[in-house]
Amino acid sequence: MKKQLKRGCRLVKALLLLISFSLISVFPSYAAIEELEFSSKEDRERYKKLTDELRCPMCMNSNLSGSDAPIAADLREEIYSQISKGNSDAEIIDFMQARYGDFILYQPPLNKGTLLLWFGPIILLLLGMLFIRKLFARSVNNAIAALSPAEEAQLQALLDDGFINEKTNSLKKSS
Amino acid sequence: MNSSHRGLLFIPAGFFLLMLLLLGKALFWNQREIPSALLNRPLPEFSKPTLDNPNQTITAAGLRGDILIMNVWATWCPPCHAEHPHLVRISENEPDLVFVGVNYKDDAEAAGEFINTRGNPFAYILTDVDGKLGIELGVRGAPETFVVDREGFIRFKYEGAIDENVWQEKFVPVISQLN
Repeated sequence: MKKQLKRGCRLVKALLLLISFSLISVFPSYAAIEELEFSSKEDRERYKKLTDELRCPMCMNSNLSGSDAPIAADLREEIYSQISKGNSDAEIIDFMQARYGDFILYQPPLNKGTLLLWFGPIILLLLGMLFIRKLFARSVNNAIAALSPAEEAQLQALLDDGFINEKTNSLKKSS
Repeated sequence: MNSSHRGLLFIPAGFFLLMLLLLGKALFWNQREIPSALLNRPLPEFSKPTLDNPNQTITAAGLRGDILIMNVWATWCPPCHAEHPHLVRISENEPDLVFVGVNYKDDAEAAGEFINTRGNPFAYILTDVDGKLGIELGVRGAPETFVVDREGFIRFKYEGAIDENVWQEKFVPVISQLN
């Protein structure tokens, strides 16, 4: 009887441990948002979208929502207070860009300095295609020019013979 | 095959080399040297209390007319501890420049004690308890140091601790252009 009770206790302990571990893995990712109170569901969505889209200025590759850097926390708070004040998404992004530069945007804007970044790959692709075409055209020309006089005579004979014409006609019929 | 056609073959090779060079440059590119968005823009307007006297406020407009060395620091920031003695020496050697400290998101008492025991390189120390001035300045962390010209325009920003070498290499050329 005592043994069974002990075993049951152990089972309950193990279950509790399992449940608490599964809770640990679930809650922290929501904690940052859950603490804040928004006046509407849209505002909460906007907050989430902005902190996901803007880059943490201190980090090479982490957004504001995913960074533990103190400056990321401050900027999240700034976004929260601007949303509460009724500022639009564009106003908030402009505010950030004016202070932290294009770096804070994951998608670089199209301007003089980023022209090469935006169109470079397309230009390279086109140049590559042109180059390959040129290379191919040349090898085809070379192949034709490479026929020896004897081969040319043979080709001419075949054409005169009507051999090729007959062949193509029979192919057309059968199809 | 004529020679002008053979020359074509070097175009992809040239592109490849160029790509390699750009990649190499990006790999060794120092991320501290991301140019500040505020470069050549006016110092943002602010009105902040000073560390030693909370009733005294300093404004951006009130600081105009001098070349400012604006240093963002905090007692919680280890590189600021390393930088401090250098700043004290540099400020003693540069009497024509006005050194302004921005005590960034710090405890006023700890900051006061820090200055009292280790020396004060600053003519004024502003307190930015909530870090709002830091955001206005595009500060990413501490220490950061700005050079502001007599008209109130930000001309240079340096991220990281300053010592005499950094001062000579990075700051002196900028400041000599302002004089």
